[in-house]
Amino acid sequence: MKNKKSSASQEAETRPSRCPDNSAFKQQKLPAWKPQLTIASVLSTFFLTGAFCLSVGVSLIVAANSVREIQVDYSDKCSNCSKLRENSSNWNSECLCSINFTLAEDMLGDVFMYYGLQNFYQNHRRYVLSRSDEQLLGRNVDVQNSYCAPFAAYKNGTPMAPCGAIANSMFNDTIDLFYNFNSSVIQVPLLKTGNSWWTDKNVKFRNPDSHNLSAAFAGTARPPYWHKPVYLLDEEDEKNNGYINDDFIIWMRVSAFATFKNLYRRISRKGQFTDGLPAGNYTFHISYNFPVTKFKGKKYVILSTMVWSGGSNPFLGIAYLVCGAAATLTGFIITAIHLKLRKKKTYFQRR
Amino acid sequence: FLPLNLFEQFQRIANAYFLFLLILQLIPQISSLPWFTTVVPLVLVLAVSGVKDAIDDFNRHKSDNHVNNRPVQVLINGMLKDEKWMNIQVGDIIKLENNNFVTADLLLLSSSEPHSLVYIETAELDGETNLKVKQALTVTAELGEDLQKLTDFNGEVKCEAPNNKLDNFTGTLALRGEKYALDNEKMLLRGCTIRNTEWCFGLVIYAGPDTKLMQNSGRTTFKRTSIDRLMNVLVLMIFAFLALMCLILAIGNGIWESDKGYNFQVYLPWAEDVTSAPLSAFLMFWSYVIILNTVVPISLYVSVEIIRLGNSFYIDWDRKMYYPLNDTPAQARTTTLNEELGQIKYIFSDKTGTLTQNIMCFNKCSINGKSYGMLPINTEKVDFSYNQLADPKFAFYDHSLVEAVKLNDVPTHRFFRLLSLCHTVMPEEKKEGNLVYQAQSPDEGALVTAARNFGFVFRARTPETITVVEMGETKIYKLLAILDFNNVRKRMSVIVRSPEGDLTLYCKGADTILYELLHSSCESLKEETTEHLNEFAGEGLRTLVVAYKNLDEEYFQDWIKRHHEASTALEGREDKLSEIYEEIEKDLMLLGATAIEDKLQDGVPQTIETLAKASIKIWVLTGDKQETAMNIGYSCNLLYDDMADVFVIEGSTSEDVLNELRKKMKPDSFLDSDEINIQIEKSSKNPKLLPDEQANGVYGLVINGHSLAYALEGNLELELVRTACMCKVVICCRVTPLQKAQVVELVKKYKKAVTLAIGDGANDVSMIKTAHIGVGISGQEGMQAVLSSDFSFAQFRYLQRLLLVHGRWSYIRMCKFLKYFFYKNFAFTLVHFWYGFFSGFSAQTVYDQWFITLYNLAYTSLPVLGMSLFDQDVDDRWSLLFPQLYVPGQENLYFNKTVFIKCMLQGIYSSLILFFIPYGAMYNTMRSDGKAIADYQSFALMAQTCLLIVVSVQIGLDTSYWTVVNQFFIWGSLSVYFAITFTMYSDGMYLILPASFPFVGTARNTLSQPNVWLAIFLSIALCVLPVVGFRFLKALLRPTASDKVRRNFKAKKRPPPPSPKRRLRRTSTRRSGYAFSHQHGFGALIMSGRNMRPKSPFVYPSKDFGLSILPCALSGFSSSPKAVSCSWGKRSRGSKTSIQYP
Repeated sequence: MKNKKSSASQEAETRPSRCPDNSAFKQQKLPAWKPQLTIASVLSTFFLTGAFCLSVGVSLIVAANSVREIQVDYSDKCSNCSKLRENSSNWNSECLCSINFTLAEDMLGDVFMYYGLQNFYQNHRRYVLSRSDEQLLGRNVDVQNSYCAPFAAYKNGTPMAPCGAIANSMFNDTIDLFYNFNSSVIQVPLLKTGNSWWTDKNVKFRNPDSHNLSAAFAGTARPPYWHKPVYLLDEEDEKNNGYINDDFIIWMRVSAFATFKNLYRRISRKGQFTDGLPAGNYTFHISYNFPVTKFKGKKYVILSTMVWSGGSNPFLGIAYLVCGAAATLTGFIITAIHLKLRKKKTYFQRR
Repeated sequence: FLPLNLFEQFQRIANAYFLFLLILQLIPQISSLPWFTTVVPLVLVLAVSGVKDAIDDFNRHKSDNHVNNRPVQVLINGMLKDEKWMNIQVGDIIKLENNNFVTADLLLLSSSEPHSLVYIETAELDGETNLKVKQALTVTAELGEDLQKLTDFNGEVKCEAPNNKLDNFTGTLALRGEKYALDNEKMLLRGCTIRNTEWCFGLVIYAGPDTKLMQNSGRTTFKRTSIDRLMNVLVLMIFAFLALMCLILAIGNGIWESDKGYNFQVYLPWAEDVTSAPLSAFLMFWSYVIILNTVVPISLYVSVEIIRLGNSFYIDWDRKMYYPLNDTPAQARTTTLNEELGQIKYIFSDKTGTLTQNIMCFNKCSINGKSYGMLPINTEKVDFSYNQLADPKFAFYDHSLVEAVKLNDVPTHRFFRLLSLCHTVMPEEKKEGNLVYQAQSPDEGALVTAARNFGFVFRARTPETITVVEMGETKIYKLLAILDFNNVRKRMSVIVRSPEGDLTLYCKGADTILYELLHSSCESLKEETTEHLNEFAGEGLRTLVVAYKNLDEEYFQDWIKRHHEASTALEGREDKLSEIYEEIEKDLMLLGATAIEDKLQDGVPQTIETLAKASIKIWVLTGDKQETAMNIGYSCNLLYDDMADVFVIEGSTSEDVLNELRKKMKPDSFLDSDEINIQIEKSSKNPKLLPDEQANGVYGLVINGHSLAYALEGNLELELVRTACMCKVVICCRVTPLQKAQVVELVKKYKKAVTLAIGDGANDVSMIKTAHIGVGISGQEGMQAVLSSDFSFAQFRYLQRLLLVHGRWSYIRMCKFLKYFFYKNFAFTLVHFWYGFFSGFSAQTVYDQWFITLYNLAYTSLPVLGMSLFDQDVDDRWSLLFPQLYVPGQENLYFNKTVFIKCMLQGIYSSLILFFIPYGAMYNTMRSDGKAIADYQSFALMAQTCLLIVVSVQIGLDTSYWTVVNQFFIWGSLSVYFAITFTMYSDGMYLILPASFPFVGTARNTLSQPNVWLAIFLSIALCVLPVVGFRFLKALLRPTASDKVRRNFKAKKRPPPPSPKRRLRRTSTRRSGYAFSHQHGFGALIMSGRNMRPKSPFVYPSKDFGLSILPCALSGFSSSPKAVSCSWGKRSRGSKTSIQYP
């Protein structure tokens, strides 16, 4: 027994001490920055933020005010066409509609033409899902297994190209703009390419590989609501046809909200339109195909110029002004409270 | 292990919930998120907690094995073999040696000592440190060391069923047809230590969980913290909230589908099997459950565990809680209770070994009106080298006393002669000059040791003589009588005849008693001594007064005759003896006084003072007797003289006492109009929580074990709690281990407070297990307390660091973590809720599914973990200096339902900002080049970037202690977010898996726009500025204690150096503590000579022992505590003894 004990004590001697390491980490003594809410830091935060917000707000509002914008609700104005489209059996009959408007001032710089839709729930979950990105990449996929249903394939098994609710519901009105200049009517030249994101056009969307486009889409059929197959979307421009058609790409980038506008065309700045759209009388010639009255929606056509902050949305500017004003005001309130308290304190101290 | 663990984990409600979610997600009609958003976190969570469980399990096994594998010698087939503790069975015969722990409850058979006595120390069991004597039956004593006889020993023991009564045992031993009564005197209980006995044999009566020790240790319950319970409530609240949100959205969906969706079917037909709006609404309910489930984040529980684990490691690592003397670091044995350490309101402390070191130390004395003994400051220890027999461990600092001894000062010599003669200590001299004293009480040991060092060495004793080496000269005194100690007399005397033939009575005892017995000539000396006594008592020393009397030969002869008559009287022997004693113990000559220090552990008074400042109430629960307990109470500053009163409850009907107490403390608490009485009336049945009451002064309460037994019964319970909790200090003495647990249980039951129990011995196990938090003092020999504790360290003073620093930090960190965690998940999830109103209630998510998967896992987990592992609002020095900082934790101010509601509101506010600012900024907007930006993917990216930056800024705001790690985590998480986002939105990833990464190009096209960044900045400003303003104004207008300290902290960079240790000094009433054993002394034993080692070895009468094997009747006593040291077995090996329980 004694031997055991002495050997145990020897063991204890040779055993390293169980004393914890003296490292800053283990002793919770890591050097640290201990920021505190001091009157100086708080006030400077509030006043600086306030000043910054006010100035940003002002410049945003100035910028937004310089935007020239024309918006025309043509689902209202072309009510006869709207009525016609309400009955889907008339899908094949054409309906044209002209809308006149006057530009009081020149629209200088780049002018963009948008179509706007209201009450169109592009952000509905099932709608958002109803596409096959692989198919749009030109890959050979079985769309039956995708989320495209019920717009995946026809009953006879022919797959739709492109499949899904988004593609099927593609906006298919055509809008042309005419300038009534000295009783002559000039068609405003419009650019239909270069309107989508570069990544969409070059990465996200690709046509299937084949010697020509119609062959590439052989064995597929157009979506039921479409008037023509996908490889005929733009017969003039090979690089704007099929899946890589700009109108299609833009439509496929679903909007975040039920009311939205998509870029339709850009004004080509040549001839009379080098500086933009001159003031005067204009006419939209619209081929009305896209029914909206069924779901109580509205359609707009919009002409707008752009500034650094985007379009004419005044929200950010106003929000910045409000935020800046509130921050500055709070700053003053805090100053007042602080001064009052300090006075009290010195008062007490003196007593 | 793995499937079992998985099964266990899924039993946790949270995990089961996520499994349920996963199943929901697999239903295509409902699934609103791909399966991986749930699976990835779930797998990670399961993995982390699985690993943690595995480590815990392993550690537990290790510590169990440590005890279970202790060796013990067992008699097997006539041979002694080493066995492990866990293999001990009932009926085994065990050999124990000196200083061994008793393995199980044993029936003592024989021992090396005469009359088969065994000395044991029961400190582990009841906290008393004096030696106790056990004696075997004569029949079994005959067995001696003879292995053959022991092997052949065949008897039958009948005893009571295992119970928890430590001081009671009844049974019979049937041996060769004769029956012998067994009582507690023959039992060695587990937890005791064999002392002063070379060897002994014992028969195992109870083993393992049936031992009295284990029976006393109470049930092991799984401890949960109050935050855990709160969290469960909150999670349920959140579930209700979740259900409400889903219901709203489902109803919304029903309306939308019948109103708009119905018309919209041209472009988006209803899903195949959905035929009506209500059905769609029903499905949508579940879809939203999936989407909004992140309000109850799966990572919550795992993060909480990680934080607790981390904070536990800090406790293990703390050098300031490491005790170098026995190389013991602090240890967090339970890693799930940390934050509770910051909420302690009641501390239940053991005395012996916890508050005290259990070392008695002769500190001062007063001899013939002269006081000796100085404070050990700047003086050297007295050199005792002139005395060969001196005890080297003894330290004394006053050189004048040695001078006095050397100058042959008569009173001084007489003083030490008295100390060396008047006691019941047993000497042991194994080697020449190496004296070891075995004292029944450590006080006596200290006194005799002091005399030894000053040159009056008590060397040997026989029943008739005492051998003392006086200044190098061996003298043999004839011991004529020992007038033993008892509780009433509070003194003991010896009558000796010196070699010169003088007859002298030496007496020592409590001052109050002895002063009555002094000769009238001592008046002036008495006054001086009284002064000294007051001084000693003022320092918390235990004092004894010593006196002598020269006896007249004739008178003595007469007296001894009468004494003999009295001691042989058959009736009223006790009374007659004490009468006789009293007769001779009078007209004593005062010699002086001794002062013994019951050495407190270092820093105990300071610790108690600090803890009291943190408004923690300290209750001392000790098995020791009342005088000792009160004395310690005074010396460690628990009780002090400024207290309005200290009540002592000794009565057997405590009701009267309680009435009296309360009348004094709070006169109106008995009136019917008293709020609390009304409250108690109202909720008469259910266990109720009592609010805190204020007494009209500072009171202390001392309650005795047997009074406590009454008070704990029935309806007195409530009164006791009310009274006790009004007192500042409660001391319970002579309590059994189980009573300790009952007291803790009582407070737990009636007070909404967190309790902590601290102790070192096996007798504390029950309360350690019962209290919310159990702390064991480690480093001593016994392991029981540590093994069942949650935290352990070597010194009581570390408790303040554990609570005020680690506990406080853990609590604050946990609260901050929970606040932030709920905030960030509300802010995150509710954005989906708002979006529902704009997306046709279609369960469309705002964020990218990958973001949803990674948000809690990768983007926001590390910063918050960093904060909850490193944050310090004030550093350790300050939190020790300002114990008031601890109070918010006790009141649970930092995280409760109100705070939770606030976090929730803040989260809702943030989610509104985080949805509507991006919404407004995006609505109908274009990029500056006219291209789209209001598309869903851009919106998602913008919203999630806003969210992430806002929550990162928020964590930055919450972090008050920015270490490198915090910086790294926060900036790292943000960069990881951008890195992952750009990677996942890159061309390459898209081309590999187009279906999983459809967001290609979004990052590049969106984050390059100025108005996106402006919107992000605006969201941050709107989310954060109100918080900044609110916090600042709150600190300014209603500053908390922590704010004040932090303001101070700014003013002075360093905390003031700790004030020099004040010597705690009391000036008034003296307290004489005759702290000898409460039992009768050894006097009778010594005089009878029974415990003297015989010169010749025992001659055992040789007899045959018959053999018979009886099966053990052992059914019905199974229980399974944590460390099962012994297992019941039905075979009886070697020994042929059977044990029966009725």
